[in-house]
Amino acid sequence: MSASAPFQFAPQPVTEDAVVIKRSALATTLYFCRRQPVGTLGMAIVLIIGIAGLGAEWFAPYNPTSNDFTAMTEAPSWTHLLGTDQLGRDIFSRIVFGARTALIVGFSSAIVGGFVGLVLGVASAYFGGRSDMILQRFMDILMAFPLIIMALAIVSIFGTGVHNVIVAITIPLIPRCARVVRSSALPIREVPYVDAARACGFGHTRIILRHMVPNVMAPFLIMLTAFVGQAILAEASLSYLGLGVQEPVPAWGLMLQGGAEEYATTAPWIAVFPGLAIMLTVFGFNLFGDALRDALDPKLRER
Amino acid sequence: MFRYIMTRVLAVIPTLIGAATLVFILMRLIPGDICVVRLGSGGGSFSEHSVQMCHAELGIDRPMIVQFAEFIWGLFTLNLGNSMWSGKPVVLEIAARLPISLEIALLAAIVAIVIAIPLGTISALKQNTWLDLVVRTFAIAGIATPSFWLGILSIIMVLDVTQAITGTPWMPPIDYVPLWKDPIRNLSMTLLPAITVGYRYAAVSMRMTRSTMLEVMREDYIRTARAKGLLAKIIINRHALKNALLPVVTLLGIEFAFLIGGLVVTEQVFNLNGIGRLFVLAVQNQDYTLTQALVMLVVAIFVLTNLVVDLLYAWLDPRIRFA
Repeated sequence: MSASAPFQFAPQPVTEDAVVIKRSALATTLYFCRRQPVGTLGMAIVLIIGIAGLGAEWFAPYNPTSNDFTAMTEAPSWTHLLGTDQLGRDIFSRIVFGARTALIVGFSSAIVGGFVGLVLGVASAYFGGRSDMILQRFMDILMAFPLIIMALAIVSIFGTGVHNVIVAITIPLIPRCARVVRSSALPIREVPYVDAARACGFGHTRIILRHMVPNVMAPFLIMLTAFVGQAILAEASLSYLGLGVQEPVPAWGLMLQGGAEEYATTAPWIAVFPGLAIMLTVFGFNLFGDALRDALDPKLRER
Repeated sequence: MFRYIMTRVLAVIPTLIGAATLVFILMRLIPGDICVVRLGSGGGSFSEHSVQMCHAELGIDRPMIVQFAEFIWGLFTLNLGNSMWSGKPVVLEIAARLPISLEIALLAAIVAIVIAIPLGTISALKQNTWLDLVVRTFAIAGIATPSFWLGILSIIMVLDVTQAITGTPWMPPIDYVPLWKDPIRNLSMTLLPAITVGYRYAAVSMRMTRSTMLEVMREDYIRTARAKGLLAKIIINRHALKNALLPVVTLLGIEFAFLIGGLVVTEQVFNLNGIGRLFVLAVQNQDYTLTQALVMLVVAIFVLTNLVVDLLYAWLDPRIRFA
């Protein structure tokens, strides 16, 4: 049966009558900023890192991979804002380009892992019964692998490099997302409009995508921001171990490898700034996610 | 209670077998022939015969089902074959390195709990004061800080401080001595990594303690206790904390896995010869027998920790025990 079915009670997306006040995107953003100053700080950090990553070519004063053997392990100065590393590469430029790597890996893994988890979680809750049980037991098994351990095992199979790292981080994120989404979707399955949609003869795919998925968006988006942070941390860890992104691609974790420890006392800036970049970025995503949770889920407010 | 324990213990078995199956399949997904990859990695040429020898040695010339049965049986009997890289039995390789990793993990957990529960409670009781703000910032920073970076920074700090005081930088001992033999030497080696890797653990538990404490403090029975005129100390310790800690216990179990994951990276920073470092070496050397054994070890630790947590939970919360 098509959408133009002759039913008076054809299901409407709940958002249409649930939201009383309609605001423009700008007004919503300003409202968020006023209510969540800490979250706004997080959003600002995320935006700055995002802009830096997108326009790395414009912001970085030097080529991130070119060596300058006349300026090795130079302290921060006006020519080299954050100093240079043991190969004479400008640390500031490498951090700016590293932002791109971190965001590519972070967003790709979080979005792909998140969406697969979203669909699996909602479908699991919607179908229920035996398929739900089998899927959940499988998720239990996947959850028994700590993220970094699973990622390392996958890297040992497919090898290193940006693409493989994305795969390695995406897979362990799937069950974590599916679990949370399923628990949010379970009560929605019992809501009358889902029954109504079924009575209209809509297919499973349509009910899942049009009627259930939009209603688990709040917990999903909150989780997605946390996932980006987690993925960036995981990428940095893998790269630090030499099992993630490989030279010469600039990556924060990679910058902490080798030279950082060797020159710990003579050139501590090699170790300090890339780590600070990782921390600030993950910090930003966490603050933003927390504020988003408070804004989207009134039950959790005031905690 | 007995029934609950039995069902919970039995539920562990399918998870472990499932995980073992997954590891077995994953390790067979490796593109190409492991033996060709290994023999060819040196750059030299190799004969067809050496490839077959390698197949026979690893047992991958037999049917899949036989290999799988052998793998599962090996897990039960702790006979996991030899390391493809050192040639020594995998079990021995792991056993030699397990004590130091376990010690750091337990030490980290203790440090984290000792810090997290009091700070989380104070933060909740003094909600929205500067103290609360400091604790919350400390906590959220703990989740964002990569443990390996914290490790590098703490090494730099120790080197600089000892250099300034004594004139020569102090380095922690390299060889592992058990705690009961030489506690000072042992702790000088393990305490710093434990704090580094435990920071995140502490941060997560702190946030959880704070949020459950806030929730519990609003309950009616707390108001009743206050109305009865009980001392604040008794209300907090006996009435509030006991209930607030239940979700924290669960979280501690789940986060223990993160702790083990963090150990993989932290051991690298501090140059400690534990299972985390062994894991990285196994992956780098494409030592699949060792990798699969280590993955299974971590999974087993994780599953068993959560079993203990669940049982503890049932003991703490009668509603589960009698449900």
